[in-house]
Amino acid sequence: MTRLEYLQETPSQTAGPYVHIGLAPGAAGFEIYDQELGRDIAGPNAKGERIRVEGCVYDGTGSPVKDVLLETWQANSEGHYAHPEGGGPVEEGFRGWGRVITDFATGEWGFDTIKPGPTKGRNGRMQAPHIMLWLVARGINIGLNTRMYFDDEAEANAADPVLNLIEWENRRATLIALKSDRDGTTVYRFEIRIQGEHETVFFDI
Amino acid sequence: MKTPAEYYQRNPDRHPPAYAPGYKTSVARSPRYAMISLNQSAGEITGPVFGHNDLGPLDHDLIKNYTQTGDPVGERIIVHGRVLDENARPVPNTLVEVWQANAGGRYRHKKDMYLAPIDPNFGGCGRTMTDENGYYFFRTVKPGAYPWRNMVNNWRPAHIHFSLFGSSFSQRLITQLYFEGDPLIPLCPIIQTIGDPDAVEALTAKLDMNASIPLDCIAYRFDIVLRGRRSTLFENRLEGN
Repeated sequence: MTRLEYLQETPSQTAGPYVHIGLAPGAAGFEIYDQELGRDIAGPNAKGERIRVEGCVYDGTGSPVKDVLLETWQANSEGHYAHPEGGGPVEEGFRGWGRVITDFATGEWGFDTIKPGPTKGRNGRMQAPHIMLWLVARGINIGLNTRMYFDDEAEANAADPVLNLIEWENRRATLIALKSDRDGTTVYRFEIRIQGEHETVFFDI
Repeated sequence: MKTPAEYYQRNPDRHPPAYAPGYKTSVARSPRYAMISLNQSAGEITGPVFGHNDLGPLDHDLIKNYTQTGDPVGERIIVHGRVLDENARPVPNTLVEVWQANAGGRYRHKKDMYLAPIDPNFGGCGRTMTDENGYYFFRTVKPGAYPWRNMVNNWRPAHIHFSLFGSSFSQRLITQLYFEGDPLIPLCPIIQTIGDPDAVEALTAKLDMNASIPLDCIAYRFDIVLRGRRSTLFENRLEGN
């Protein structure tokens, strides 16, 4: 049989417990790079609302995953991604990508950014504001993709084509972050449950 | 005219499953529900863009990038290769990050308590960008094997962790390089999470004598393949469907 000449993707392997050495060496306990990547998601010039996002990742026993590393990917407040095919210009210094590490003692993580705007989805349908998240850790064999939406965007969320793709309406809530105010800072809380009751929806993108 | 569209869907048989009980930690860290498959839109076909301004001049040289009193202990090696996509096209200007244990199998990480010593001259991480042909290279020392808690006598074969971005968030990949001929490869529960022997072979760097530097450094070749991208022959379905 003649085969078409496509290559096959290199297989994934777990990032392991020491992922920080490579991707966030300061967290591993040493300084080596002039600048670590992914520390500043929005940059100083980004328009839009400054927000903080905090959360924790839990395993199937309900325990915090203390060694997880997350990456974030989001549009700016006008719905543009910082990429040649991102739909439009972004502010100088806006990268829209971040690396988030946990407190090794508690598993709590957090990051500062701006609230993204709605983005254009397929067939021109608008997608509600959201941040894409990618999780790696020891025991995760291939990075897990999910999305975080905002609970103060109820109308946009109700019309979002991706949330509506989730057949089980009670599972959609696993993707909605909860807003609160802390001393004048807008904080969204987002728990990720890898397994068990209220397991977060993960996407094959 | 062909219009770039979505990236090819992942072949799950090429990758380890989330739940792989031989690798015990995966049992409680694997989703039980099926993933929801998404048709890609702007967020999935874009991803962070990096430039040489993000990197320092020694970031790709693990022999020199953490030196305090001299070079690190260990077998001096070069790891080089190309980053391609499934269409066999080079992936240019993409960030490649690596991390590894030192020659004794010890990581410079506050959580690693293995009895082999830290090497004062070895940090254990590096990063570089592929050139216009998708080519990359690092210089480092060959990492040592080390024991880990899974079954009581499991050992990781020598390996280097690789992190890749490609051009889009849907191509994001973390994997590990192993070394040709290592007898620990078939015994490793993490490698054995992959069911396809050809896929395991794709993670095995090959000794490359022609790229070795006489009296200095042995070379290993490691090519990496990221997801390929579809070209739409008739219409841009990304917008149209």
